[in-house]
Amino acid sequence: MTRLWSAGRLTYAALALTAVLSIFPIYWMFVVASRTSDAMGQVPPPVTPGGNLGTNIARLFANTDAYFLTGLINSAIVAVSVTVSVVFFSTLAGFAFAKLRFRGSNALLMVIIATMMVPTQLGIIPLYMLMTKLNWNDRLPAVIVPALVTGFGVFMMRQYAGQAVSNELIEAARVDGCNTARIYWNVVLPALRPAAAVLGLLTFMTTWNDFLWPYAVLNDPENPTVQLSLRALSDGYYQDMSQVFTGTAIATLPLLLVFVVFGRQIIGGIMEGAVKA
Amino acid sequence: MAVQLDARPPVVPAPRHARSPRGSRLTRFDTRFSPYLYIAPFFLLFAVFGIYPLVYTFWVSLHDWDLLGTNPTFIGGQNYSQLMADPDFWHSVVNTLGIFVLSTVPQLLLALWLANLLNRQLRARTGWRMAVLVPNVTSTAAVAIVFGVLFGREFGMINWMLDLVGIDAINWKSNRIASWVAISTMVDWRWTGYNALIFLAAMQAIPRDLYESASIDGASRARQFWSITVPLLKPTIIFAVIISTIGGLQLFTEPRLFHSGTNAIRGGPLRESQTVTMYMFENAFAPHYNFGYGSAVAWLLFALIAIVAAINVLVLRRLGGGGRKEGTR
Repeated sequence: MTRLWSAGRLTYAALALTAVLSIFPIYWMFVVASRTSDAMGQVPPPVTPGGNLGTNIARLFANTDAYFLTGLINSAIVAVSVTVSVVFFSTLAGFAFAKLRFRGSNALLMVIIATMMVPTQLGIIPLYMLMTKLNWNDRLPAVIVPALVTGFGVFMMRQYAGQAVSNELIEAARVDGCNTARIYWNVVLPALRPAAAVLGLLTFMTTWNDFLWPYAVLNDPENPTVQLSLRALSDGYYQDMSQVFTGTAIATLPLLLVFVVFGRQIIGGIMEGAVKA
Repeated sequence: MAVQLDARPPVVPAPRHARSPRGSRLTRFDTRFSPYLYIAPFFLLFAVFGIYPLVYTFWVSLHDWDLLGTNPTFIGGQNYSQLMADPDFWHSVVNTLGIFVLSTVPQLLLALWLANLLNRQLRARTGWRMAVLVPNVTSTAAVAIVFGVLFGREFGMINWMLDLVGIDAINWKSNRIASWVAISTMVDWRWTGYNALIFLAAMQAIPRDLYESASIDGASRARQFWSITVPLLKPTIIFAVIISTIGGLQLFTEPRLFHSGTNAIRGGPLRESQTVTMYMFENAFAPHYNFGYGSAVAWLLFALIAIVAAINVLVLRRLGGGGRKEGTR
């Protein structure tokens, strides 16, 4: 690639405006979270943080409608289990599709690509009935197990494995007497680590955010995910906005932390996926 | 999506000198069956928790089926004919399409513009990219609640700013079009930057010399954008439109949490912004638990998604073809 167009003052101004619009709602969430509840009625609306964050957090965790701490712990359990599983099964299947020859592999890969277009969310009614049968209603397996694999993950790992794992290396391992499972574990998985990390981050964030299905199947108010705790806070009869916003800020914080630390990798993953897909 | 399926890797051969007959039989077994073993978990789990429920939804939709489901009665297409005459259902279809158009069109145009800005020699490149992507990594539920407050009637910041320029307060929650605008704003806020990065990636794959020869021929920057960038981005744009269609027509979290209170699933006092997915939820789960009717809603939504996606692709193909003709000199 030769030189890019230069960026003038106008470009920077437009980008700065976009950045402000992007960040402001998040920033403002933290502003309200750090103030008392009468911040809502002030004219003009306050745009600087106050000193009430500690009190708000204490009241939030003591709120008996929201079960916020349970929600945080549940969301962590769900997001981590789903992430580990998606990364494991996706690297395994991606390796098979990219590097192993077997009958029907092309057709099966097409099926996987097609699954990415299927709005599985529309199947939640029988899924709910299935969970009732399994006696998983109101319990975490109901939101973990259906999310254990994604077509997107398999496809992404297949694309990456094709270029990141050399055939010579696999062949050498075979000659040394490695079976396929050991090749996966000792040769392929280490080579896939960068892409697997991006997949893991994206999966974690999606799962942490999930709302519709948990809302349908976790009806016990004492056993929510954090997004359901937010719903309970927001739908409460008496709305204390500084407390609600403290909740939204805390529920967003893990995602923001992940993004600040791994932003470059996440951006790289999204952009690479776009070119290949 | 162009997937290269023909570029198969050379076969990874089995070891040439196996150490014992027993070992070689094991090895053959290993190379033959391991691939299936490795892809099986995906197919099994997706079949049970992805495809089966979706297909079974259709079966349920042909029944009068309640929560207990002890004795579902087969009623054929009755749920569907009832839906066809259900004004609340059609109301939700119009809401969904309205919000979809209001969110997707500006979103993709803005994303294109933003990608064009990002595709320049910038200082702090990663910083700008992170700034436009950050809305996408926030919690959807949290953002919906925050926007619900920003768009509040009495104390919302948006109405306060409108008041500064002399516009009367808008009732964003119970004016139908206004609620569509507010919810679309939320969706745009979340997805514009993401799509911009997708477009940016595709733009960077366009060979520079195309632009160089165009500018030698005297084409302006704007002309180059519409005649080179946009046509070459067509596959990516189609991909983004399809993804936005599938997601946008199933919109749930944003409109649901934009409203609060006991009847929020209706999307406002007169269902001003109830989407089809919300209507499905209202019927299928608490308090009605009318699984049969809810399933019929789900299948009609499925059909709607397929139709809209097909129309989008057709229209975009047509548009792109015209653009190219214009672009050749």
